[in-house]
Amino acid sequence: MTIGSSARRALLLAGTFGTLVAVLPAIAQQPAAPAAPAAPAAAAPLPPGSPLIGRPDTEAAMKLAPVAAPPIAATAEKVLDTANKLTLAKGFKIEVYQTGLTNARSMRIGDKGTLFVGTRLIDKVYAVVDKDGKRVTKIIASGLYRPNGVAFKDGTLYIAELSKISKIEKIEDNLDNPPKPVVIYDNLPKDEAHGWKFISIGPDGKLYVPVGQPGNNVMPSDAHAQIRRINLDGTGAEVVARGVRNTVGFDWRPGTNQLYFTDNGRDWLSEDVPEDELNRVTKIGEHFGSPYCYQGDFPDPEFGWGHSCKEFTPPVAKMGPHSASLGMRFYTGSMFPAKYKNAIFVARHGSWNRSKKFGGDIVAVFLNKDGTVKNMEVVVTGFIGPDNNYIGRPVDVQMMKDGSLLISDDYNGAIYRLSYGNARTASH
Amino acid sequence: MRRIIVVFGFLCLFVAPSSAQSFKQRTDVCLACHGEKGQSETPEVPSLGGMPSNYVLIQLYLFREKRRTQEIMNDQAKDMKDSDLQTFADFISKLPPPKPPADTPDVERMARGAALVTKHHCNSCHNPDFSGREQMPRLADQREDYLLKALRDYKSAARPGYDATMDEVIRPVSEADIVDLAHYLAHFR
Repeated sequence: MTIGSSARRALLLAGTFGTLVAVLPAIAQQPAAPAAPAAPAAAAPLPPGSPLIGRPDTEAAMKLAPVAAPPIAATAEKVLDTANKLTLAKGFKIEVYQTGLTNARSMRIGDKGTLFVGTRLIDKVYAVVDKDGKRVTKIIASGLYRPNGVAFKDGTLYIAELSKISKIEKIEDNLDNPPKPVVIYDNLPKDEAHGWKFISIGPDGKLYVPVGQPGNNVMPSDAHAQIRRINLDGTGAEVVARGVRNTVGFDWRPGTNQLYFTDNGRDWLSEDVPEDELNRVTKIGEHFGSPYCYQGDFPDPEFGWGHSCKEFTPPVAKMGPHSASLGMRFYTGSMFPAKYKNAIFVARHGSWNRSKKFGGDIVAVFLNKDGTVKNMEVVVTGFIGPDNNYIGRPVDVQMMKDGSLLISDDYNGAIYRLSYGNARTASH
Repeated sequence: MRRIIVVFGFLCLFVAPSSAQSFKQRTDVCLACHGEKGQSETPEVPSLGGMPSNYVLIQLYLFREKRRTQEIMNDQAKDMKDSDLQTFADFISKLPPPKPPADTPDVERMARGAALVTKHHCNSCHNPDFSGREQMPRLADQREDYLLKALRDYKSAARPGYDATMDEVIRPVSEADIVDLAHYLAHFR
């Protein structure tokens, strides 16, 4: 930490004087004017859009607040310790794949085996590569705003920031000196709430881009609460699904190519209702309920009036209260036992809006032939420690070529690798 | 009062940090502006006493990455390593909480402020006594001018939050209400 030159010090001086000059008159002006009589604000309802609508004034509710992942990654020792504390379904193994990826969120693997990882609370996109027997992390883009989403097709990496989609062509040939991302689409709302994006390229070759509901419980505009698809050059935007509160994971079922997506239910209704959703799109433009109806059968106490849940497509599965079901992929590998083939692996980030935390695990969702859900099984659990605190938080899952499954953890800034049986340590 | 502010303003400038300095010398730089006992006497510079370590860590990170813009702080944080961020955050969090200001609060504004913190549930994340926790700062007895600036900057997006929460909370709050909230929290005891 140094202040280099006298020039900089002069700048500092000028800056501080500027502040003082600006502030002093304001101080001098202060409380002179008599205030208007106190308004009976205590009785007033929260303004529309407040994320705290529905929160009761109870001691238990006051204890709950969103959990923010730290801006620095956990040490390798701490990540290993976390991995060792996880409980796995029989026959599975977990290992630490890479550490030091602060706020690791959505993942994608390139054609040449590069693992791309987005972030939400920081500004970077990472690439993890194995080179000469060593695993290294490179920062391939920085200075981005909430670059949560990554997608890959034909050598090109697509990155979703809060309100724009950009691309880097031939990324895997230029990992050491990648060009700046080029914007392909930015006709998107700029709301912070549920503005970060998971993206993916469908079997139709189009890029699917969600736009969340811009608040916990608000009436969305026509441009919000949906999943859109666009051509890879940013043209041809079309709404695929509506009534989507905040999806942070989707994938297409092998064979039928139907789109399945997770969706996060609203906060502050109750400890157990609503549950997050797993949905299936069967026709373009279908409406999945938010903000009128949650979990397929629970009319919202505010926006549900005048509507029936029957107007909307119900989820194929309820994913647990406040569980924050995020990244999901159909498992198409052959390393895991046969029953997992074409099952959905879902990362449940874990709740904040619940006294006893729920989720913090990886579940496998098994489908019937007709695409409805048969049952669900926890494959990895233990991210919620015995004292009801997080020791890690899973965000996304990504299958590797060998059929093992990578799991990102934004709390520790780490990636784990889940394998089955006697599978050897990963190589791309 | 004005003279005191000016004097402290000058003090801030004469302590030049350097990586060769001891940790104490480096923290003296912080305290010159932010106040030795956790209580800032410098306009629009927050009191840091009693701040949760996580909050300070995140803010130092945002300053280092220039995602929160304030020239002096951006400069102070620019060469900090991740481990420095944690060390400074832990140090700051151990400073004693600021004391309530000596001036007499405006009774009517206090009443409106009390109603507003109840209405907006500020006491939910920031604790019923506004002592803050985790990534959420202490608000009680913070400088009024700083609270005013912080709330306005969140509302205008001049200061984007680390996550989306404060943006979502403050967006529907009016400027008049922000002024009363700052007055109330600055005088909370």
